[in-house]
Amino acid sequence: MRNLSRTPVLAQFGAAVFAAVLMVSAAGCKKKIPVPTTPAPTTERAPTPETPAPTPLAVRINNFTGEPRSIERGQSATLRWSVGNSTDISIDHDLGAVAANGTRQVFPSQTTTYTLTAKGNSAQDTRSVTIEVSSSVPPPPPPVVGTRVSGSEILAREGQDVYFDYDKNDIRADGRDTLTKDAEIIKRILSADPTFTIVIEGHCDERGSEEYNLALGDRRALAVKEFLTQLGVPEDRLKTISFGKERPVCTDENEACYQRNRRGHLAPAQ
Amino acid sequence: MNIKLILASLAALVTGAIFVNGQDQIVGRVEGKLQKPKMAVIDFRGVGDAQKFMVTFNTTLWGELSNSGVLEMVGKTFYPLEVPQQPQDFKPPTTVAGSRRGDPPRIQKNGPWLTDWSSPPPNADYLTFGYTAVQDGRLLLRGFLFNVRQPDVASSGLIAKLYFGSLDDDGAKKVAREFAADILQQFGQKSLSGTKIFFVSDRTGNKEIWSMDYDGSNQKQMTSYKTISKEPVVSADGRTFAFTSLIKGSWQIMTHSVETGKKLPFYNPVSSTIETPEFTPDGKHVLYAASLNGWVNICIADANGGNMNQLSHVRSSEVSPKVNPKTGRDVLFISGRSGIEQLWHMSVDGGDAEMVTNGEGYVANPSWNPNGQTIAFAWTRGFEPGAYNIFIMDLASRKILIQLTSNNGKNENPWWAPDGVHLVYQSTHGRSTQIYSVLADGTHPQQLTTQGNNTQPVWANGIN
Repeated sequence: MRNLSRTPVLAQFGAAVFAAVLMVSAAGCKKKIPVPTTPAPTTERAPTPETPAPTPLAVRINNFTGEPRSIERGQSATLRWSVGNSTDISIDHDLGAVAANGTRQVFPSQTTTYTLTAKGNSAQDTRSVTIEVSSSVPPPPPPVVGTRVSGSEILAREGQDVYFDYDKNDIRADGRDTLTKDAEIIKRILSADPTFTIVIEGHCDERGSEEYNLALGDRRALAVKEFLTQLGVPEDRLKTISFGKERPVCTDENEACYQRNRRGHLAPAQ
Repeated sequence: MNIKLILASLAALVTGAIFVNGQDQIVGRVEGKLQKPKMAVIDFRGVGDAQKFMVTFNTTLWGELSNSGVLEMVGKTFYPLEVPQQPQDFKPPTTVAGSRRGDPPRIQKNGPWLTDWSSPPPNADYLTFGYTAVQDGRLLLRGFLFNVRQPDVASSGLIAKLYFGSLDDDGAKKVAREFAADILQQFGQKSLSGTKIFFVSDRTGNKEIWSMDYDGSNQKQMTSYKTISKEPVVSADGRTFAFTSLIKGSWQIMTHSVETGKKLPFYNPVSSTIETPEFTPDGKHVLYAASLNGWVNICIADANGGNMNQLSHVRSSEVSPKVNPKTGRDVLFISGRSGIEQLWHMSVDGGDAEMVTNGEGYVANPSWNPNGQTIAFAWTRGFEPGAYNIFIMDLASRKILIQLTSNNGKNENPWWAPDGVHLVYQSTHGRSTQIYSVLADGTHPQQLTTQGNNTQPVWANGIN
């Protein structure tokens, strides 16, 4: 169940918690995890006549079922049947001729009654089953988010920071790879939203002076801008700002943290 | 307040003071005097209700004179038991004939006398004395300064003055400071009374510009832009302060009136980063660092930002221009021209650029002594990147006069006081950065701030 859909996870969790609470509160109960039993397909077996069958053998539909009996539009139901003493068996709604025993998946768009007809020896038997299709209009999807916001989301999700060496503003080899990917993401965002502008933030680690770091961060942001422009990102869609060491992502005093802070970061312009 | 931290920093400072890099006569180089005058200061007493404030008064007076750095204070345990409170208390000794014929004449003591102080054990050169009383509901101070090396009372007197304050501890502090300022003036010492320290504090949650008195009192918020405001500097007349602020997504220089707090017009060129403003001594120009051609370089403009000219044109970052307060003609600045940031010096027209430091470590935050010869700056020499200590250098000879701090924390942003004897700087211990004042020989360190983090102090002249 859990793997099938995403949305009801919370509901399931809630139910699980509720169930757990019930279990705990039911003092003295045997601890038994309730296993959701898959309901066995209810076969509507026709009462088997005890009386000896007359000769010749009469056409007989042993069963004809649809499961589930009620679906929502777009879902499927399975028809299942078993017929005796007939070679001419068909189901309407263009399902056509079928074998004596079989199943068929159907996708009715509205409530449909399927009729199975079995013929033989100038006699025939019919049986019908109705699949209810929910006609209620499904709730509308979440409102379409604006392209600007979605551009911001794409940037936040897919854009990657480019990292620098201490006191340097050169784009390293790993930075070239990062920025090449970033450039593709930016072009995608910009083509979807002609008003979108990106601000490139230059950041430094905590070791240099505040004043020099502001200048260094400015230079790093410009280096990123120049690289992206070379890759075809329109220059007028890129702004730069240095934060020096004002906005660290971590404050540990070790090289791993210093490296995380020596970065160029892409953000949507205000 | 974390007492341990303060003690640790004090210990570090004292250690730093001893560490002198092989240079002799450090104190003399900085202060221009080899031998400090020896000063004795009696414990003043008050008449009636005035006595209640005498602990405050005596502590303040002693502190002001002691912290000035220009006097050698004579310990009170050496003082004679009989002390004067006003000039007429001095009674010259008389010479009397020997009690028996043939005995040499002897000197008879008639009361307190100048030589009680000028001869050992006090061996003082000067004596500060007087008393307080209540007059018309106010605290009255009668203050005297005597040169006890003179032969008589008439020629000894240097100061005899009345001071008035409110009848409380504040009034006692006020009269003590005014008296101390008059005394220090006798020794060529510019009084710090009225000077202000501007600094950056994040105690409101945002970095704003603040000001305080030179002893840390009267802390006052000067800006409220609720963004990042930093790098304050004050014009020589004390009337205008400039700073860097992040406004609408870009760094800008702002100027404000110290008196009204109001924003003054200032034109910023189009640039992603403009920072580290600096006034010329005449107040007619502003220097700053701006990114105009892809690199942050040094620029100069009129006081309102107009007529901007780029002084340096290099493909490296350059910040923190500081104009010689004496000449107004030469500039210290930080440049990455040599690869890593070092201290440089150039003419105010951009010519004659030369590197001042020797290429070791990283350098930041230059500051001029008012004498235009001695400079202070932060340097990582001998330590890891980021571990700055404060150095004082004679610019002409490039000699390090003293390494003021010597620990592996962060000691940054030194700034000379208008008296040329004190400095203020920031020191980081753990995650807390606070501002300290100290004498140029490393003695008398005082923590001035405690709330939030406090950085980038500049010691400004008071408004005349």
